This record gives sequence, structure tokens and C-alpha cells, in this order.
Amino acid sequence: MGLSFSLSADTAQEQGLDLEPPVRMEEEMEGRDLFGYVGIEAVLDQMRRKTMKAGFEFNIMVVGQSGLGKSTLVNTLFKSKVSRKSCTPNYEEKISKTVHLQSVSHIIEEKGVKMKLTVIDTPGFGDQINNENCWEPIVKYVNEQYEKYLKEELNVNRKRRIPDTRVHCCVYFLPATGHWLRPIDVEFMRRLGKIVSIVPVIAKADTLTLEERLEFKQRIRQDLQANGIRVYPQKEYDEDAEDRILNDKIRENIPFAVVGTDKEHQVNGNKVLGRKTKWGIIEVENVAHCEFALLRDLLIRSHLQDLKDVTHNIHYETYRVKRLNESNANGLALSPLTLENGTLEKSDAESHL
Amino acid sequence: RLRNVRGKVRFMRYIYSVDKQYVGFATLPNQVHRKSVKKGFDFTLMVAGESGLGKSTLVNSLFLTDLYKDRKLLNAEERINQTVEITKHTVDIEEKGVKLKLTIVDTPGFGDAVNNNECWKPITDYIDQQFEQYFRDESGLNRKNILDNRVHCCLYFIPPFGHGLRPVDVEFMKALHEKVNIVPLISKADCLTPNEVKKLKDRVRDEIEHFGIKVYQFPECDSDEEEEFKQMDKELKECTPFAVIGSNTVVEARGQRVRGRLYPWGIVEVENQSHCDFVKLRNMLIRSHMHDLKDVTCDVHYENYRAHCIQEMTSKLAQDNRTDSPLPILPLPTPDVETERLIKMKDEELKRMQEMLEKMQQQMHEKDQ
Repeated sequence: MGLSFSLSADTAQEQGLDLEPPVRMEEEMEGRDLFGYVGIEAVLDQMRRKTMKAGFEFNIMVVGQSGLGKSTLVNTLFKSKVSRKSCTPNYEEKISKTVHLQSVSHIIEEKGVKMKLTVIDTPGFGDQINNENCWEPIVKYVNEQYEKYLKEELNVNRKRRIPDTRVHCCVYFLPATGHWLRPIDVEFMRRLGKIVSIVPVIAKADTLTLEERLEFKQRIRQDLQANGIRVYPQKEYDEDAEDRILNDKIRENIPFAVVGTDKEHQVNGNKVLGRKTKWGIIEVENVAHCEFALLRDLLIRSHLQDLKDVTHNIHYETYRVKRLNESNANGLALSPLTLENGTLEKSDAESHL
Repeated sequence: RLRNVRGKVRFMRYIYSVDKQYVGFATLPNQVHRKSVKKGFDFTLMVAGESGLGKSTLVNSLFLTDLYKDRKLLNAEERINQTVEITKHTVDIEEKGVKLKLTIVDTPGFGDAVNNNECWKPITDYIDQQFEQYFRDESGLNRKNILDNRVHCCLYFIPPFGHGLRPVDVEFMKALHEKVNIVPLISKADCLTPNEVKKLKDRVRDEIEHFGIKVYQFPECDSDEEEEFKQMDKELKECTPFAVIGSNTVVEARGQRVRGRLYPWGIVEVENQSHCDFVKLRNMLIRSHMHDLKDVTCDVHYENYRAHCIQEMTSKLAQDNRTDSPLPILPLPTPDVETERLIKMKDEELKRMQEMLEKMQQQMHEKDQ
């Protein structure tokens, strides 16, 4: 079901984590070193070569009020101009009257690895005076992507690689008020946390001192727990003790307090990404200043594949089971009400039920 | 030598004549000053804006007080059902023998809900209530101890996170600009670089003009003021809206203890003019324009309210024939006396005018004949 190769071994190696050698047989047969070498570890290489040729897809959604630095952060994360802002000619910063989603795709390459990155932006979210139900277009979009994938999966002649437009990660931007979560934050995360992996971040965090930041984070974590909101990495999906230790450390630090920029300045003879103010330069990649580097490591360097796995194995499966149950209960073969062209692919679905 | 003597005599005669004409009321400003010092001043300042924009911190920094010691922040669950409240804190400040009774009116809950439709209504209602109270007291019998609770100035906090004014900012200011002096501020300005501050200020100024919002205007300088003062005034006006930072803590910077915020990348000093406009705001609000703010409130906003009120009352009474019709806005007994007096005045005026008209008509009639 879809191609999702787990490269956790590769990334673990990068991080210098100790991994058990993949071939246990060698250990058990002492003294007979070269006798039992099967060469299974070569499969890792094959996998790596194949995925490098095929490339990755990653779909990231950014949600938050206008002006919280979403586009800048995405550009900073991927070190290229991938946001909607940078790609629209004559872009004007106006607050739109409705929430509509816009996605922009780019293919970026690094060391021979190609990634098709899609950034889904949500202008208009939370900007109006009355923001009731402003999360509905977003919920609809996420479910639509699951539906698309499901339809393709159930097809008789399905593609070898199903195009994956499902949202792998939703970065939710919290304004750095220093107090608590606002009602709109709770409402959004409560609903979206059930269907997609949410990574909340504190935006424009250069307005909080370190103590204020700690207090704010504590209060947010309390609020999240009190409201039953599960954010990524969810405790229930930790696969083993190793994961749990790693993820616990992350969970102690969320939400990450981030600052984004695309400008460089000279600091101590080095060129660094930073924001220059009258009282100092805020270095974006300096962990003592802000937690951008931690967010980048989480999203890209260590947990990118995990995000995709969780989306595929958990969120998508939940959706699929729900849809199949629905159609069974209705007696109808899978005829989604949200189909755009309205055609019922009854025959296809029936043959698979 | 003769000329000198004549000059001296002329000079002496001049002095003597000036002396005779010297009445001495030039000392009046001093007398007023002395009386005011004895009586003290009062000032009511309203702060409005969403939670978390640093309103309380700024107020504490401005007046070097700690007005919000016992405040508890509500969490999201409590805030889901919160409505906009109006809270008042009063503090007496004395400096060099001058007393100031400062009242801070806070607006917790403003703009915090998911649906913020008309969230400014409790605020406009509050301001109107204070005007109404003053109107009643002014028309009443015991005017010696009138309490002036009218709001003299409203500091409106614009978040620095946006790209300009948001819909809620525009609607709020339009609902209030004819009731109170609005001073818009860019809050938490330490998350903006100098370029971003300039861009945001330009954007906000343009939008204020575009939407026809009447914020508080500094009065023009008198033409005979010193150049230095005129220059300062010009700089002040070009700097609006002020980008401010507040702090409740004292840090050590450049060998001194100052109010500031300590970051890993540097120290922001609240009173450093190259860091933010806090000093300009404080000077404007307290040191130079406090009195003008009160004057504009009394002469413009309150008078508008009063005229509007009276107009409504008389027009309503003219339409209504019932004697027990409820008066719009003012339900207390004293207004009856006031309105009756007004009606009597108007009646007499009408009668007079009618008489004049009749006389004129008669004259014309006689002329024709």
C-alpha cells in the first residue's frame, strides 16, 4: 500500500545512535565470521538507491493568523523560496475575507536526494472579527486528500505509486502572547489533532525572554493536556523504548519557540541567518537564542519519515476504516458524498469490499 | 550731560507710569498653579487590545507602579465563555508635591473570543455611561463635588505580528473615535527590526487615513514657541503610532540599572529612545499633553455627547404626546426638571418669534394699504 520506505536506520546512523547490527546470525555463530555472511545489509543500500531515484514527497501545511511569519519560516526551514508569498508575482499583503487553501509545490534537491515539497497555506485563518468555524475548510481539505488516496487505492487499475497529497504535517503558529492558548487555538487543535499530526510552534518568539518562554510553554502544555489535544509526536505511537526516550525529550520542549528570517549578518566573522536589532542580533540557528534548529531537526532531519508513516499508518487508516464502516452501514458501496464529479464508482469499490 | 539727565528723567517717568498701570494679574498663572497643586489632578486612562500584548506591563512602566499584582490569568477553558469586562484600578501618585489620582480602565476579554462581533460594545457603553453620569451631575443641584470619571484617553494596542490594521482594529477605532481620544500604539515592538517598525508605522498611518479614523491629534505649536520645542513637536508627530515596549523588571545595562528585558542576544532598554518610543509616549501622555487630552475630552467628545443627548430628548418629546413616555437614555428624576426647563425655554422662544412674525406681517399689511 503505497511506497513508504523507512529510513530510520539511515537517519539513526547520522545521529550517531547505536543500532543493533541488522544481521543477528553473525553474533550467534562465533568463530565462524565469514561463513554466515548473507549480505542482508546490502538490501539497505538497494533501498536507499531506489528511493533516491524515486524521490520523496512531503506535504506540509502551515496554519496561523496573518503576519505570524509562516512563509518566512517555511522558506528558512527549506533554505529556498518555497512559500506562497515568494511564488506569487505582485504579492500584496491583504487580509482575505474567507479562509481558502493554496498549495505550492517545488522539487528541491540535496546530495542527490530529490524531494517534492508541497506547502499548503491557509490565508484568512483567524483574521476576521468572527472566526467561527474558520477551521472547517481546513478539515475538509485534509479529509479530501485522504479520500483521493482511498479512491486511488480501491481502483482496479491503480497506479504503481499513488500520488500522495495527504497532509503529513500541520504546523500551527501560536502568537507569542505569553499567557495561555486562546479559544481559537483550542478549537482548531482539538479538531485537527484527530486527523493530522499537528506541530505547534510559538511564532516570532524573539519577544519572549527565556523565563517567559518557559512559563508560556508550561502553560500551553497544561492547556493541551486539559483539553485532550494530542500533538505530534503522540505518546501512543511510540514504537519502542528508544523512540519513547527520543520523543519524550521532544515532548518536554514543545511547542518550539521559533524565529525565522532569510537575511544574513556577520557575527564573529561568520555569516549567520539572523535578525538585526538595535540591541543585538538574533541568530536563528543558534540554539541558545531560539529553537528553530530543534524544529528543523524534528521536521526534516529526524522525523520526516516518521511523520509520513504516522500519517499513512494511523491517520489515513483511521479515515479508511471510518469510510468503509460508513458505507457498510449505509448499504451503499463506497460512494463518497464529497466526490467532486459526482460519479459513483460503485463497481470498483464493490469488487474490493 | 544734559542729554543724559533728560534721558534719565524720561526713563524715570516711564517707569513710574508703567508702575501705575501695572495691575498685577500677570501672576494669575502662578495662582492657578498653586491652587492646582493643592487640589491635585485626576486622569482616567483606558487600555484596550487583545490579551497578551503587554498592556499591564506598559501601564506599570509608564506610572512606575505595580497595579496588577494580584491578577490571575484565565486559561483557555475559562476564556471560552468569557465576555468583555470593564475593570478599574485607581492609584494615587504623588511627585514633588503634586498629586495625581490616576484611574486605569482595563478591558479584559476584548478580542479574545472566536467570535468577536461587536466586542467593543461594552466599552462604548462604558464611555457613554460616564458621559451620562457627568451630564446628570452637571445639571444637578450639588455641583461642588462632581466626580469626573470620563475617559480622557484610550491607548489602543495594535499587535506587531500583523502587516497593518486588522478588521477588529479598524472596527474598534471607528466605534470609539468620536467618543474618546484614541492613541494607537504598536505593542511588543521588540520583535521588530528598525525597518519593520518603519514599514508597519507607515502602513498603519496609511490605513488610519484610508478608513477615516480620527485618532488623537497633537495640537499645533504656537508660532512663537522656541525652535527646539517646535522640532521636538514635529518629531513627535512623525513618530506616531508609537512603537512601545514595557517592562516590570530592572536589568543591568551599560553599568546602570534600567527598566528592561534581558534576552540571550542583548538587552532591550525601555527608556532608550533608539530602542523604542516609550519615552516619547510617556512625555506626550504625562509631561506635555495630559491637560490637552482632558480639554479635548471635555470640549469636544463630551460636548458632542451632550448636544446629541439633548437633541434626542427634545425631538422625542416633540413627537410623543404621552406624558409618561420614558426618556431615552436618562431614566432619573432630575432630567425631567432639566427637560421641562428646556421645553419652557423653547416654548417662550417660539412664542416670541411668532409675535415678531405677526408684527412684521401686520406692518407689511399696513404698508400695502
